[in-house]
Amino acid sequence: MAESKQGARAERPLSPHLQIYRPMLSMTMSITHRITGVALYGGSILLVWWFAAAAESDSYFNMVQAFFGHWLGRIILFGFTWVLIHHALGGIRHFVWDMGKGFRLSSVEWMVRANLIGSILLTILLWVVAYGVKS
Amino acid sequence: MAEFALPKNSTVNTGKAWPMPQGGNIRTFRIYRWNPDDGKNPQLDTYHVNMDECGPMVLDALIKIKNEQDPTLTFRRSCREGICGSCAMNIDGTNTLACLKACDDVKGDVRIYPLPHMPVVKDLVPDLTRFYAQHRSIEPWLKTETPTPQAEWKQSKEERELLDGLYECILCACCSTSCPSYWWNGDRYLGPAVLLQAYRWLIDSRDEATGERLDNLEDPFRLYRCHTIMNCAKACPKGLSPAKAIAEIKKMMVERMV
Repeated sequence: MAESKQGARAERPLSPHLQIYRPMLSMTMSITHRITGVALYGGSILLVWWFAAAAESDSYFNMVQAFFGHWLGRIILFGFTWVLIHHALGGIRHFVWDMGKGFRLSSVEWMVRANLIGSILLTILLWVVAYGVKS
Repeated sequence: MAEFALPKNSTVNTGKAWPMPQGGNIRTFRIYRWNPDDGKNPQLDTYHVNMDECGPMVLDALIKIKNEQDPTLTFRRSCREGICGSCAMNIDGTNTLACLKACDDVKGDVRIYPLPHMPVVKDLVPDLTRFYAQHRSIEPWLKTETPTPQAEWKQSKEERELLDGLYECILCACCSTSCPSYWWNGDRYLGPAVLLQAYRWLIDSRDEATGERLDNLEDPFRLYRCHTIMNCAKACPKGLSPAKAIAEIKKMMVERMV
């Protein structure tokens, strides 16, 4: 064990990790899965708020409806649907891996890309359909 | 709990720029240095190598620097052909063996650090004591109840094939030290390399301690800190998939419950 000039043991430094590791889509999608999972708690609260408002009174429900109809509310809901779809697709991806399948590196790359692109496309599709049904 | 920032004594300072050699095909190497004897923080030194006079691999460049410029540069190496696992380090942002990584495969400056999130002994030499202790904890040897046969323990061709993709592991620690779960919970999570080794004994048809081995792994941390992040499989210089081996262990855990 090395000794410093003072005669005390030099404390070993910790080698750099996050600071230097090359960012990759696969690892980014892993942390995104966790972040979206946490964000879903917030989304669930919105849903409960909406239901609770319906049980509360007409006027309160109309207020909440107005909030979700506002452009800011719409953006929040758009984000919520993306988070939900992204996390659901990520759940399928992890389910496949838990079955012991899809571990070839090419499959891994394919699955994380499909997860990301799929979630964006499905979210847009959902909103297009929703607006189409409304009008 | 995860500590994302480096401790005070571990932040990396800009280091010494070593003299540029005359002419030729020059590549720049930025290499992590830490000297246990000078009481200073780690630093990133800059070296220049004439690749016309150097072998193709990163290890060739490191040896050339050590021979011709800076004999204090410290790193482990032995076989120089990817079978001993000594020269595992972080090159160009991913863990690999310096002897198998071609300088031509790196764009721009070649950045070299020790294996991530490990205590540093000196320069590119990490302290692997805990890693080896964890390997020992899974009892990586054949365990049997039945009396030892007169000749060898027999194994069918199919049973032997189950060990392919596992027995090739050289315990270089590239995978374990690429794993964020191992970074944050390395004291309790066994990490991809050790779990791949654990599976190598679990799946061995001759081994008779499967239940006992699974009992040892049935723990929220030892096994289940694996979140299939996949850094391990992408880092392995031998092309193995610790992630797959861990998934198979998790399956064995479920199968024995139902």
